Amino acid sequence: MSATATETRPVVATGSRIAARFAALRAEGRGALIPFLEAYDPDRATSMEILRGMPGAGADLIEIGVPFTDPMADGPIIQLAGQRGLKAGATLGGTLEMVREFRAGDSETPVILMGYLNPILSYGAERFVADAASAGVDGLIVVDMPPEEAEVLAPHAAAAGLDIIRLVAPTTDAARLDVVLNASSGFVYYVAITGITGTRSADPAALEAAIPRIRAHTDLPICIGFGVRTPEQAGHAARVSDGAVVASALIETMSRTLDSEGRATPGTAQAMLDQVRALAAAVRAPR
Amino acid sequence: MPPAHLSPGNAKLNKPLTRPNTFRSGPDAAGKFGGFGGRYVAETLMPLILEVEQAYNAAKADPAFDAEWRRLLTHYVGRPSPLWYAERVTEHLRAEAAPGMGAKVYFKRDELNHTGAHKINAVLGQILLAKRMGKKRIIAETGAGQHGVATATACALFNLPCTVFMGATDVARQQPNVFRMKLLGAEVVAVESGAATLKDAMNEALRHWVANVEDTYYCIGTVAGPHPYPVMVRDFQSVIGSETRAQMMEAEGRLPDVLVAAIGGGSNAMGLFHPFLDDADVRMLGVEAGGHGVDTVTGHAASLTGGRPGVLHGNRTYLLQDEHGQILEGHSISAGLDYPGVGPEHAWLHELGRVEYVNATDDEALAAFQLCSRLEGIIPALEPAHALAHVIKVAPTLPESTLIVMNMCGRGDKDIFTVARLLGEEF
Repeated sequence: MSATATETRPVVATGSRIAARFAALRAEGRGALIPFLEAYDPDRATSMEILRGMPGAGADLIEIGVPFTDPMADGPIIQLAGQRGLKAGATLGGTLEMVREFRAGDSETPVILMGYLNPILSYGAERFVADAASAGVDGLIVVDMPPEEAEVLAPHAAAAGLDIIRLVAPTTDAARLDVVLNASSGFVYYVAITGITGTRSADPAALEAAIPRIRAHTDLPICIGFGVRTPEQAGHAARVSDGAVVASALIETMSRTLDSEGRATPGTAQAMLDQVRALAAAVRAPR
Repeated sequence: MPPAHLSPGNAKLNKPLTRPNTFRSGPDAAGKFGGFGGRYVAETLMPLILEVEQAYNAAKADPAFDAEWRRLLTHYVGRPSPLWYAERVTEHLRAEAAPGMGAKVYFKRDELNHTGAHKINAVLGQILLAKRMGKKRIIAETGAGQHGVATATACALFNLPCTVFMGATDVARQQPNVFRMKLLGAEVVAVESGAATLKDAMNEALRHWVANVEDTYYCIGTVAGPHPYPVMVRDFQSVIGSETRAQMMEAEGRLPDVLVAAIGGGSNAMGLFHPFLDDADVRMLGVEAGGHGVDTVTGHAASLTGGRPGVLHGNRTYLLQDEHGQILEGHSISAGLDYPGVGPEHAWLHELGRVEYVNATDDEALAAFQLCSRLEGIIPALEPAHALAHVIKVAPTLPESTLIVMNMCGRGDKDIFTVARLLGEEF
């Protein structure tokens, strides 16, 4: 089933969209902007509108958070986004359905799901990977699945052509770095701060030192996330690495437009997309 | 070595139900007990837990570390805790039993420990480890507050700053322990996320740890979390079972027949059970929190009875979760049992059938709480009141010659306000 779905698509086969996008950006001489949205936050229709609008606003890749009750690595902003998503009925299956609808209108922008292992295990790891690939997902970030515990998912993902994108932290020492990188594909996600999402800003000098250290160990593109908030920071991160992931700052903007019950208002999707445009402009600015 | 015995029919399910030659050799190098346990943490935490594992392995091999821990247990905690023949409970249960029936009930008196519960055993071990690792501050999660109080106590003794994460709901229902922690110099952080109970406190402690890796040690209170915490906490708590073994040999000249302990995360039970796991004639009963009844959807905290395997807080274990893998909030009258998971070694022993996991409801625990107070002059914590509730059910069905040991893992001072409210008393 999944095979026919991808074969009928004229552009790129599932799984290679990430590599193709980074190759194109390299030719353009700039890094990627990777904005984040939480599925079903604040409701399915609004998050679908945000997802559909992101490529036009300048997203080069898109990261979609899958709501989970216990997001161990996330700060308060994304915790609340997940709670709103769950309240709006988010499930892993529903998130895949959003990607499928997005793919009907966009066959090129890579989509990465970021989430936690338990909903995947509950869905069934093998079935999930097959359904994700068929829906048009390109990569997975499974926060609480280090290389040591990846056996349950990684072989299925490799067979389906889904990249497993891994986090490298400032605390990842040289010995650990190779373990992590050997289990990575797609790109490497450098966690700019020691901490959880959305709590502090990255230190530019530390980033300029950290990226070459990782670069020496891998040919994969390296993107910077956690602590990238402003257009200026995104521009800097995309210059010193291959891309900038912006999550909490966008969710914060979006959540300010919600009413007292946490529901969307007419300006909700637009507020988030306007900020994506500002970030994209900074990432595209001449060096 | 005899060939491993495969339970018939299980090969098809691909479950690791091979009966081991010993139940006491786990976990393996990856921190797994069968398919349970492991290290399911974000990469940001991975270097930290590997560091803890290395340090613990080195400490375990150092006789000076063990000697210092045992010195503290003897002179600071007051170990060994007594093994008490609960004669009036025994007689009370015999009065309702058939002739010749009614087991002899002993309490392992860990409620007499300094700080009033078993938690201090593993806390002192971990604080010594933190000192050894050169860590400058300690964080902990707490549910009922017993682990928080034990950690705050050890930090006072060792002059280490201490931050305790506690769900806001638990802060409200365990006020005496919150005040104790503050008196001991600890900072108590009320966690508002989720249902604001133990699971959320643990999430917040893990988040805080990631952000403060350089100088901070995370002192986990139960036999859960990423490897090496389940094995480390179990090793320290096994002092309970080792003492029980020697004390019962002295009292009765033989091993007990039945061990009973309450299960939240499962640290007091694991501590009592582990030294007996390879004694095939010793039956073990873990009593989960049945809350309003295990047939209710979110009205209990019996992960093994009402949950299924999944991944939370760094380990694969039985969890209360919905059909989409979202974690459910448990409920129990006891804040210390109100956790949607259970230690991975218990999950393994459950699947192997080595330990039987049963449950007691809020009402049964409340009745046992009052009965124990009146018959033995011991006000139990609501956690071991669950264990006693099961003893009340099972003892009358067993011959008089049967020896039961129940782990009285905590005292009830912290619970008197909760119980008073439930009984309609006003202060």
